[in-house]
Amino acid sequence: MPEPRPHAAGETVLETLGLTKIFGGLIAVNSIDLKVHKGEILSLIGPNGAGKTTVFNVVTGIYRPEFGNVFFRGERITGKKPHQIVSHGIARTFQNIRLFPDMTCRENVMAGRHCRSTSGLFSSIFRTPRQRAEENLIREAAEKRLRQVNLWRSRDELAKNIAYGSQRMLEIARALASEPELLVLDEPSSGLNPRETRDLMAFLQGIIREEDLTILLIEHDMNMVMGISDWVVVMDGGRKIAEGIPEDIYADQRVIEAYLGKEDEDSTAYDVPAQH
Amino acid sequence: MEQTPLAGIGRLASSRQLHIALATAVFLIYPFLVSDYFIDIAFYFGIYTLLGLSLNIVLGEVGLFDLGHAGFYAIGAYTTAILNTKFGIPILVLLPLSALAAALFAYVVCSPVIHLQGDYLLIVTLGMGEIVRLALINNPFDLTGGPNGVYGIDFPSLGPWLVIDSSLEYYFLIWLIVGLTILGLTKLQDSRIGRAWNYIREDETAANANGIDSRSYKLLAFVMGAALAGVAGNVYASKLMCVSPESFTFWESCLMFCIVLIGGMGSIPGVIIGAAFIGLFPEIFRPFAMYRMLIFGSAMMLMMMFRPGGVWPRKRGAVKYESLLGGTGRTDA
Repeated sequence: MPEPRPHAAGETVLETLGLTKIFGGLIAVNSIDLKVHKGEILSLIGPNGAGKTTVFNVVTGIYRPEFGNVFFRGERITGKKPHQIVSHGIARTFQNIRLFPDMTCRENVMAGRHCRSTSGLFSSIFRTPRQRAEENLIREAAEKRLRQVNLWRSRDELAKNIAYGSQRMLEIARALASEPELLVLDEPSSGLNPRETRDLMAFLQGIIREEDLTILLIEHDMNMVMGISDWVVVMDGGRKIAEGIPEDIYADQRVIEAYLGKEDEDSTAYDVPAQH
Repeated sequence: MEQTPLAGIGRLASSRQLHIALATAVFLIYPFLVSDYFIDIAFYFGIYTLLGLSLNIVLGEVGLFDLGHAGFYAIGAYTTAILNTKFGIPILVLLPLSALAAALFAYVVCSPVIHLQGDYLLIVTLGMGEIVRLALINNPFDLTGGPNGVYGIDFPSLGPWLVIDSSLEYYFLIWLIVGLTILGLTKLQDSRIGRAWNYIREDETAANANGIDSRSYKLLAFVMGAALAGVAGNVYASKLMCVSPESFTFWESCLMFCIVLIGGMGSIPGVIIGAAFIGLFPEIFRPFAMYRMLIFGSAMMLMMMFRPGGVWPRKRGAVKYESLLGGTGRTDA
């Protein structure tokens, strides 16, 4: 039934099979199958409470699914801890920005390098040559990412003191610093003005061209979804109700009923976070 | 205008080095100018600084509420006291051993509760500290001497050449340990591990999502903090020549907590100031001893109202970092 997808030729980076997450009596995610191919931008959309963020939280290890599996590059990563999943190559951002507010922008981005470095307690105290070399690599990588998001001049500012739009970009820079293969963005455009959203789209399209990257995103802004996605998956009530290229999704009657029909409401509204 | 990349760091570092040199000089000269009584006061200032630094790792760097830190201090002191009096092991050999014992204890006790957040961890550590104290009073296996404690602990000595038995020598011993600890902790603060601790304090979920195994890093903080408290316990036990449970009450844990809060969470100079406040002021204002708690309480309240970040909070971004990638000097915009 679905159209052949533009990037279907690429290998599968992320695959979920029958992913199910239950909170008490609520089936937040009901048997979701997802396939994300290398080099594509896949958008996950759906009305509030559809279970999109829960899917993200299961993929990135914050929740353990009741049923089903997550495969990353063919390897089963179901139930691994968040910090292990980052070192596999999946980096994420949060719907409500989660930076380290009282640390500098530079230190924030350096966090992304943590999983790619190994210095231990004693080498850090005694400053071994290897540790120094590694610190330099961390700083270089942080500088590269800060420049990439145009925040190099704010490097010594505390993260809580920079503008909201910059905080979003800083969070993306931090995720990119871990050199991920899959970047998972939870509503990156929420709270951004139309200009910032356009810049963000251009930025994402830029990095996907230049780097060996795949992007999975949740998005409410329909202009953005239609503008940059290669493939769109629609969720409602925990189920996948449709998928396809953006043009088809835009015209799909089920999607319009479930989601687009209600789209005139506040597009920056947050999901109600699923609770235990 | 354009300046050489390292000039900024250089200037800042040199003014910092000047401060450190001055402080070191003051500490070296001070004991030769005052009586033994004031040297002893400075010794206890040193003990409180070491305890403050040890709790600062847990409370200041990682933001974990630990109100049972006196428990680790007690483990260190009693390890020294028991092994020295029963088996005659020299105090200086027991120094690393006490650290190890306290660290091991912290690892075993904290492993099952390390996932607790905020107030819950506070209650558990509070209970842990009290259990240690009550266990010591109950004299398990006839080791701890019950409420009377253990008597007749040796002086630290290295053969016949180096015997530490005067106030002056104890003063230098404790401040040498404090100095080395500060050196190590400063290096640690500006490393992958120090940053990981801070990331956890700032936002644990985000830290996990950035590849930091918060569980191991929290445990590491507890283990390191306990080890340092164990070292403090070792020096304290040999200085007093006896240990008893009443030195390790809940109040001691509170004092350490105050040191870190007054000084500024995660700030090493702050801890020294906090320790000075806690350790020195009661001695200096001895005539007002009966109002001590009153002054103390009011000072804490005023602090929380007017300077919640502490007297000397850690300044971030003070050292300006220049480009490593060799930018052309233009801004990136």
